[in-house]
Amino acid sequence: MGEEKKKKKKERAPRQEMTRQDPKKRIMNFNEVALGYSEETAVIEASRCICCPKPKCVDGCPVLVDIPGFIKLVQERKFVEASKMIKETNVLPAICGRVCPQETQCEIVCVLSKIDKPVAIGRLERFVADYEAAAGEIEMPSKPEPKGKKVGVVGSGPAGLTVAGELAKMGYEVTIFEALHKPGGVLVYGIPEFRLPKAIVAREVDFVKKLGVELKTNFVVGRIATVEELFEQGYEAIFLGLGAGLPWFLNLPGINLVGIYSANEFLTRSNLMKAYLFPEYDTPLKVGEKVVVIGGGNVAMDSVRTSIRLGAKETHIIYRRSRKEMPAREEEIENAEAEGVIFDFLVNPVEFLGDNEGRIRAMKLLRMKLGEPDDSGRRRPIPIEGSEFEYECNTAVIAIGQGPNPLALSTMKTLKLNKWGYIEADWETGKTSMKGVFAGGDIVTGEATVIEAMGFGRRASIAIDKYLTTEEW
Amino acid sequence: MNQIVQKKRIAEGINLFEIEAPLIAKKRKPGQFVIIRIDETGERIPLTIANADKEKGTITIIVQVVGKTTEHLGTLNSGDSILDVVGPLGQPTHIERFGTVIAVGGGVGHAVCYPIARGMKDAGNYLISIIGARTKNLIILENETNAFSDELYITTDDGSYGRKGFVTDQLKEILDSGKKVDLVLASGPAIMMKFVCLMTKEYGIKTIVSLNSIMVDGTGMCGVCRVEVGGKTKFACVDGPEFDGHEVNYDLLLKRLATYKEEEKLAYDKFMLKTKDK
Ligand SMILES: Cc1cc2nc3c(=O)[nH]c(=O)nc-3n(C[C@H](O)[C@H](O)[C@H](O)COP(=O)(O)OP(=O)(O)OC[C@H]3O[C@@H](n4cnc5c(N)ncnc54)[C@H](O)[C@@H]3O)c2cc1C
Ligand SMILES: Cc1cc2nc3c(=O)[nH]c(=O)nc-3n(C[C@H](O)[C@H](O)[C@H](O)COP(=O)(O)OP(=O)(O)OC[C@H]3O[C@@H](n4cnc5c(N)ncnc54)[C@H](O)[C@@H]3O)c2cc1C
Ligand code: SF4
Ligand code: SF4
Ligand code: FES
Repeated sequence: MGEEKKKKKKERAPRQEMTRQDPKKRIMNFNEVALGYSEETAVIEASRCICCPKPKCVDGCPVLVDIPGFIKLVQERKFVEASKMIKETNVLPAICGRVCPQETQCEIVCVLSKIDKPVAIGRLERFVADYEAAAGEIEMPSKPEPKGKKVGVVGSGPAGLTVAGELAKMGYEVTIFEALHKPGGVLVYGIPEFRLPKAIVAREVDFVKKLGVELKTNFVVGRIATVEELFEQGYEAIFLGLGAGLPWFLNLPGINLVGIYSANEFLTRSNLMKAYLFPEYDTPLKVGEKVVVIGGGNVAMDSVRTSIRLGAKETHIIYRRSRKEMPAREEEIENAEAEGVIFDFLVNPVEFLGDNEGRIRAMKLLRMKLGEPDDSGRRRPIPIEGSEFEYECNTAVIAIGQGPNPLALSTMKTLKLNKWGYIEADWETGKTSMKGVFAGGDIVTGEATVIEAMGFGRRASIAIDKYLTTEEW
Repeated sequence: MNQIVQKKRIAEGINLFEIEAPLIAKKRKPGQFVIIRIDETGERIPLTIANADKEKGTITIIVQVVGKTTEHLGTLNSGDSILDVVGPLGQPTHIERFGTVIAVGGGVGHAVCYPIARGMKDAGNYLISIIGARTKNLIILENETNAFSDELYITTDDGSYGRKGFVTDQLKEILDSGKKVDLVLASGPAIMMKFVCLMTKEYGIKTIVSLNSIMVDGTGMCGVCRVEVGGKTKFACVDGPEFDGHEVNYDLLLKRLATYKEEEKLAYDKFMLKTKDK
């Protein structure tokens, strides 16, 4: 523990690591990589927190979890109480503890980070949530007075689940309409099992159902019913939590060759349809010996790490800027590196090349250099002319981002969209241009995070309650 | 859950199922399809809604056995249920009074053509139907189609029934007869649609085809169903499944349909072994 020299007045333990599956083993399975804290490590980690009277960390959390409050309870070994305290503002702690980008949210502003590593807030959150679940002590809130009003929620991602749960707790009759056959949104179809076990998502969905929320899967709003028709059926407010589910492809020659997937298809086949268990499950997913994933975000890391587990011999990330500009979480980049992913920076595809059967056999890549920072603050990649070269591969996954899916939106003529096609909604209340229609999560903000979608859902649930109580728009 | 209320074998390897799905029955329009998943380990596959009964709250699908899932479906009987049925998906057919419409259905593709053809007849068109198949036992919906068609022609590759030859032979004869034809609809194997379109292009007749690309979600979320139409990438599940037949890149469609050939065989063989054991 080479941090002796940093010792201050009081002896402080180093930031506690979680045990992880050995990279050599974990690439052979889809089980969770990080194994979590034991009671002992959790208490040691909690003891590092000085429970600041004016905690900076809380400001970094989009839903303002009472971080020192719950950590104090961990110090006192009151794990179940700690979990309950988090749930007052964050109904999905087992999920957020795993997938929140803590290093840029709550942990980056922890005072300890000035002199030492920050308190591992996310890991503690995960620990207490898992502890509570394992203890079987998940307690239901008392039944509320029924309001006698129906609310429809479209989409069962973190935004929709939060809205539904909160409104049910207030006594509304809530129905979730979900297009897919399983609820959870990106949590079930996008984020892989090895990062977020689906049993945990199912547990949280189950909790929302136990609150009295009705869940209608296989229900595509815009096809089987429009939002107007839902109003006609007696729903008095509608929340749209549609997510940003439209995959972007590169508009390049050869993009439709066999073996080129959108990250959405690749991950949906593997996660939702369980292609990693083929042929026990019927849905196949084919990876060649050499897989390239184009993009540098979390979705790219999830795709590339999935491809290793599906048997790819050589896996690459193709990213047009450098490591520093990659939007993926540091932890995910490190996990990918440990699992043998090769990173090719400052290159960008310009063409995909196929064989006689129309399968991808190579890409043409162009080398890039970094210029001035662009709108996102990251240095802009500039093509180096004449630097094209051919690069062999048998599978390519395009993970360059997603947009708003127009399917439901195109059936709502008076709903205002912004110039990128996302819903124009008030970020405080979720109110849209259509009376009684609220929206939140990725379909408003563009691709963001689980906790931001939940935060949005929480704010919208308060606004929906206010609207239905006062009938003022 | 979506109970099967009627199952019928209507041709060799082709089954008809009437399934309880009241909401879909009410909402669907010709040209739309559903995606089904038989059970927890099943694959999602798209199937055209061949018919619907609003009063009874049922939809009819007509399914040809070609691999694991369709084979498995074929083992189900009335009383059994299908875990997931989602729809109606895809754009409905643009139906209006065009004048004279020829509907060409090849093999089980006629199940796709059938509801559209009927819609066209109901809209006041003069309807000529051509049903083609490899052999007599594979001809489906002949009487049903006859009931609303102004003219009906049957072709079989082996001449066991109707005219010997391909649907395109019959089509050519009609086109050459000098009859004014305003629209051709075609549905069937990609290769058949390709040849129908090559012919109608020569005659300058607008042709709509219904494409059968591989699908997963059917809502525009995954992009597996992408096809090239007029040089542009389209998602068959939300932009289609019907497109201007003269603009479609059939070779690409055929190649993409073959993506999982080996895996499909593996899944089929495994399923057959398992059912044999029972
Ligand atoms: C691969 C991947 C990895 C990610 N990793 C992380 C991470 O580690 N940490 C993190 O914080 N964030 C991560 N994100 C982002 C995060 O998942 C999203 O920001 C979040 O899920 C958005 O929530 P949402 O509720 O707005 O939408 P979604 O989760 O997208 O859910 C939308 C739901 O609406 C349904 N729907 C859409 N249209 C209709 C319709 N017409 N009718 C009925 N239902 C409909 C969809 O099927 C879906 O279930 C990741 C995203 C992806 C894709
Ligand atoms: C819009 C649409 C409507 C259709 N309507 C009908 C219909 O009314 N009747 C009918 O018999 N068939 C129809 N099909 C085709 C049907 O979906 C396939 O035959 C079925 O998916 C094959 O599954 P399988 O497991 O039995 O065979 P597999 O062995 O898996 O596949 C056999 C062939 O079917 C195709 N296929 C495989 N998986 C899929 C998939 N998920 N989606 C689409 N195609 C796939 C491939 O070309 C494959 O080579 C339709 C397809 C589309 C896209
Ligand atoms: S919800 Fe996320 S951001 Fe908030 S405290 Fe927990 S881990 Fe940090
Ligand atoms: S800022 Fe850091 S030390 Fe202070 S309360 Fe938050 S987690 Fe604890
Ligand atoms: S089937 Fe997924 S986008 Fe069309």
